[in-house]
Amino acid sequence: MIGRAIMGKAASGRHRVAITGAGTINALGLDVPATFAAMREGRSGIGPLDFRDVDRLTIRIGGQVRNFVPEDHFNRQQIVLYDKFTQFTLLAARQAVEQSGLIFDGELGLMSGVVLGTAAGGVNTWDENYRTVYEEGKNRVHPFVVPKLMNNAAASHLSMEFGILGPSFTVATACASSNHAMGLAFNMIRSGSSTVVLTGGSESMLCFGGVKAWEGLRVMTKDACRPFSATRNGMVQGEGAGVFVFEDWDHAVARGADILAEVVGFAMTSDAQDIVMPSAIGAQRAISGAMHDARMNPEEVGYINAHGTGTAANDKTECAAVANAFGPHADRLMISSTKSMHGHLIGGTGAVELLACLMALREGVIAPTIGYEEPDPECALDVVPNEAREARVDAVLSNAFAFGGLNAVLALRRV
Amino acid sequence: MTAEIRDRIVAIIAEQAMLDPAEINLETSPQDAGIDSLGLVESIFAIEEAFDISIPFNANEPEKSEFDISTLGSIIAAVEKLVAEKV
Repeated sequence: MIGRAIMGKAASGRHRVAITGAGTINALGLDVPATFAAMREGRSGIGPLDFRDVDRLTIRIGGQVRNFVPEDHFNRQQIVLYDKFTQFTLLAARQAVEQSGLIFDGELGLMSGVVLGTAAGGVNTWDENYRTVYEEGKNRVHPFVVPKLMNNAAASHLSMEFGILGPSFTVATACASSNHAMGLAFNMIRSGSSTVVLTGGSESMLCFGGVKAWEGLRVMTKDACRPFSATRNGMVQGEGAGVFVFEDWDHAVARGADILAEVVGFAMTSDAQDIVMPSAIGAQRAISGAMHDARMNPEEVGYINAHGTGTAANDKTECAAVANAFGPHADRLMISSTKSMHGHLIGGTGAVELLACLMALREGVIAPTIGYEEPDPECALDVVPNEAREARVDAVLSNAFAFGGLNAVLALRRV
Repeated sequence: MTAEIRDRIVAIIAEQAMLDPAEINLETSPQDAGIDSLGLVESIFAIEEAFDISIPFNANEPEKSEFDISTLGSIIAAVEKLVAEKV
């Protein structure tokens, strides 16, 4: 153990991975401290949606980002070129990079990358321009439509903003996009191929077309997101971004960086069963796989940030997966869904939820599952109902289980 | 009118279940017909489109819905009510 700490490499010779910066913008706040404060207070960021044609929607609530003024952060040329999902990503990344203190010049720029998750990229841009041509009947659209809406736009703009010259790309695995992205970033550093990777994800589907599409599935709630509660009746969408600086442990230690947590394991599995219904076995294999990858005993895990969508199907399947993966220890760990507060950010959700993991490890505060009303015998775990809890935890997991049966779980340890 | 509503709904359910309309009756439940949750949501959409109605249905709590989907007969009765309310 001492050897590991000094050498910075696991016994296998793999590089250790530090998180040295975090940034976000979401319905709970425009940065990490504001988000932590809301999570501590169990405050909801979900409220009435406010955008064009909302009156034509059946679902009119969401975790919409408020008090965000693009002109405060971007110039006219940038605003024309950046879809909202890119704007969110850039804001979160600026915070994360500033906290890390890194400057990507010389060798570091060459050895760094960007790996981001988004399910749908520039949905607002699609929506606005379909209106232009279909509803308004115009035959001309703005020249930047394609570079604005493409899923990799945010990753590309991060590489340009910070001078990152190594591998940059975007992962799209629906609700697991951010976890897949962060898992890949973790493995790029662990293998020694990258020194720093900016990673996380972003989503901005809160527009007429984005919400209308989700309404079709009939899994959204009209009133509130109540994960694990017997009274739950669906999910609520959110928007925003989370971006982290993943850094080679030795590099971070050598420059005296403040290490927020260590990323120690990652696993991904496929259910290979159904395009929308989740599988407890697929989820369990990902949970157990992440612990195995981290060489972590189940008994070490104190907290799990759940996928916890608040749908009938996910929550009971996830609880069964956790119960099977942990055995008797499932009754001793805490598991909460912060989607109850910030909504489901789809491709960006794992990134914002990783913040709850950092808060647990670094500040000893477990974010609650708010909106909890009644126990469900099929979700009989300690879901930290309604109020945050102080607890020292040494290891945490973050779950993400996507439509399409694609599962991605990260494991982190306290520094 | 009732016969027309019934026949159209039977046709929608039969198509979704990939069965001959003669193979289902008013006591058949969507599950009996082999329709899964996604198929049920698609059937409800098809019924909404066929009759230009809005069906209150949340896949998270189908049993709590005012719209009774337990059997083909109950679906037809509920649609008849919604169609009548529309006029």
